[in-house]
Amino acid sequence: MYFTGIDIGSTSAKTIVLGEDGGILYKSVRPTGWSSVDTAEEIRRTLLDKGFDAEKEPCTATGYGRISVPYANKTVTEITCHAKGAVHLFDQQDMLVIDIGGQDTKIIRIEHGQVRDFMMNDKCSAGTGRFLEVMANSMSMRPDQMCEIAEEGSGSGVSISSMCTVFAESEVIGLIGKGEKQENIAYAVVDSIISRVASQCSRLFSPDVPVFLTGGLCECDYIRRDLGRRLGSTIRSCPDARYAGAIGAALMARRLK
Amino acid sequence: MEIIKELPEVFEEFAQQRRNSFLTVKELKDRGIPVVGAYCTYFPRELALAMGAVPVGLCSTSDETIPVAEKDLPKNLCPLIKSSYGFAVTNKCPFFYFSDLVVGETTCDGKKKMYELMGEIKDVFLMELPNSQSPASLELWKGEVIRLKEYMEKKFEVEITEEKVREAVRVLNEERRALTRLSEVMKLDPAPITGYDLFKVLYGSQFKFDHTVIPGETDKLTDKILAEYKEGKMQEKKPRIILTGCPVGGATEKVIRAIEDNGGIIVAYENCTGAKQFDRLVDEDASDIYAALAERYLAIGCSVMSPNPNRYELLGRLIDEYHADGVVDMELQACHTYNIETTKIRRFVTEEKKISYLNLETDYSQADAGQLATRIAAFIEML
Repeated sequence: MYFTGIDIGSTSAKTIVLGEDGGILYKSVRPTGWSSVDTAEEIRRTLLDKGFDAEKEPCTATGYGRISVPYANKTVTEITCHAKGAVHLFDQQDMLVIDIGGQDTKIIRIEHGQVRDFMMNDKCSAGTGRFLEVMANSMSMRPDQMCEIAEEGSGSGVSISSMCTVFAESEVIGLIGKGEKQENIAYAVVDSIISRVASQCSRLFSPDVPVFLTGGLCECDYIRRDLGRRLGSTIRSCPDARYAGAIGAALMARRLK
Repeated sequence: MEIIKELPEVFEEFAQQRRNSFLTVKELKDRGIPVVGAYCTYFPRELALAMGAVPVGLCSTSDETIPVAEKDLPKNLCPLIKSSYGFAVTNKCPFFYFSDLVVGETTCDGKKKMYELMGEIKDVFLMELPNSQSPASLELWKGEVIRLKEYMEKKFEVEITEEKVREAVRVLNEERRALTRLSEVMKLDPAPITGYDLFKVLYGSQFKFDHTVIPGETDKLTDKILAEYKEGKMQEKKPRIILTGCPVGGATEKVIRAIEDNGGIIVAYENCTGAKQFDRLVDEDASDIYAALAERYLAIGCSVMSPNPNRYELLGRLIDEYHADGVVDMELQACHTYNIETTKIRRFVTEEKKISYLNLETDYSQADAGQLATRIAAFIEML
C-alpha cells in the first residue's frame, strides 16, 4: 500500500511516494517546464518504471499545476499540503512555515497541526526563487553558488534599492560593470530576498512559535540563518523540506483510502 | 426642464445587449419619467420616488472603461471609481446617460474628487456626507437631505410633499422587508439556494424600475424556495461563508464564484450589494420624516464612517444568525478605508466571534482569478 503526492510548482515538480507507515519510498524533483500536462504524464511513466502505479493507487496533486494531473484522485491547494507536509517532516503541531518557492512565497501559521492563517505573495517575483535565479544568471552563476559566496560579502554595505526583479537586474549589471566584488553583489541580492520575506512574515510571526523553512532554498544555509537573524528566531529546515508540498499531498492521498 | 430622451450618437456602435438596455431606459424617458442616478446606498431613494422619478444605481462593475478613465484619473485608484467615471464619459452606461440628475456624496476621497470631474459633464448634486454618526452629524445629514429635496423640486419643477415622501418610505420599507425575508432563507442549513443565486436576485432588484411590484415578486420567489426546500430541494452541506467588504458585482463576481466553486457557500453579504441595502427600516411613523430618513441612511456601516460601530454590529449579527464558519473580506485596490478596517475586522471575527477570516484584495481585471482561487480554496480547506 502506498500513496503518491505530486506538487507541480511554477518552477519545479516534486513527487513523493509514501508507504503506509509514512516513510518515503520514492522522491524526485524535475523542472516543470512549459507544459504541466506533459510533466505530469512523464511523472506517471517514471513512477510506473519504479513500480508505482499512480493511476490505480491513491494520488493527490497540488501546486500551481495541480489541475494538469488527470490521474490524481483529488487536488488540494499547496497551502494545505505544505502545512501537512511540514507537520509530518518536523514533527511539530504548532509552527510557522516559510516556503520560498520558484515564483511565489508562502507563510503558513499552523496550530494543532492545522492551517490557522496564511499569507501568499504570488503577484510579484521579488522575494522568491525567481529573483535569485535572475540575479545569479546575470552573474553567470547558479543560485546555490550565489548563496555560498553571499555570506562573505556581508558588511560591505552594498545594497539593491529596486524591489522589482527587472530593475534590480539592471542594478546588478551596473554593479558588475563598476567592478564590484562578486560576494558583495551576492550578499546584496540575498539581503533583498530576505528583507522581502521577513516583511511578509510580520503579521504571522511570533517569537514563541518555532519557524521552519521549506521550498527550493531550504538547503541554502546562509538564507536560513540570515532570515532567522532578521526575524529574531532560529529557523530550522531539513534536506527533504523542498518536498513538503508533495509529502502533504501524499498524506492527503492516504486519507482517501 | 426637459428630461433627456434622445439616444447618444455612439449608440450605433453598441452591441445588441447594450442597445437593449438603452432602449429600455429610453422607454421610461419617452413616458416623461425622470431618472435620478446615484452611486451610494447613502442616497435617500425615497426622494426620487416621491417626485415620480426612478432612482438607479450607477456603480459600474466592468474594467471595459478603465483605460479611458485613466486619461483623467490616476491609475492608483479604486477600480469602481475609475470604471464608473469611464462609463460616464463614454456614454456607454444607459443609466448614467439617461440620468437627469446624478446624486453623489462625499463618501471616500476618491469619489468626492472624481465627482468634481464628473460635474463637468452631468448635473451632479453633491451631498455632504458626515464622517461620523454623531448627533451633530445627523443634524448635518438631515439638512443635506432637505437641501437635495429642495434642489430636486426646483430642477424638475415639482413639489415633493411630506405625504409623498411618507408614501415612498412605505413602498421602500415593503421592499426592504421582502428582500430581508428572501435573504433569510440562507439561515437554513443546508442552504436552499447558492449564494450566487441570491446575489443575482439582490443585484437585479437594483435595476427594477417599479418599486411597488418588487415586494410581491420577491415574496413569491421566497415562498417558492421555501416550498421546494420542504420537498427536499437544497444545496449540499458546505462551509458557510459571509462575504463582506467593498461592493461586489460584475467583474468581482469572480470572488463569489471562486468561493462557491471551491467548496464554500455564501450565506450572507455584509456589503452594499446585500444587507446594507435593506437592513433597518425607515421609521414610517416618525413625526419628522426627514429626520427619520436621515437617521436610517446615516446609520449605514460603510468604512467611510469613523468610528464604524454599525459594521461590527451587522457583521456580528449575520455571523450569529446565519451560523457562519468563516468570513471573506474583499477589498478593491486602493480602498484605504476598507483596507485599514481589515485589521480590526480580522480581530473581531477571529478573537470575538472565533471563526476564520480571509482578506482578499482585487481589482476589476480577470488576471488574478487563479490566485484568488488558490487563496479561497486554501481558506475553505481550513474550515
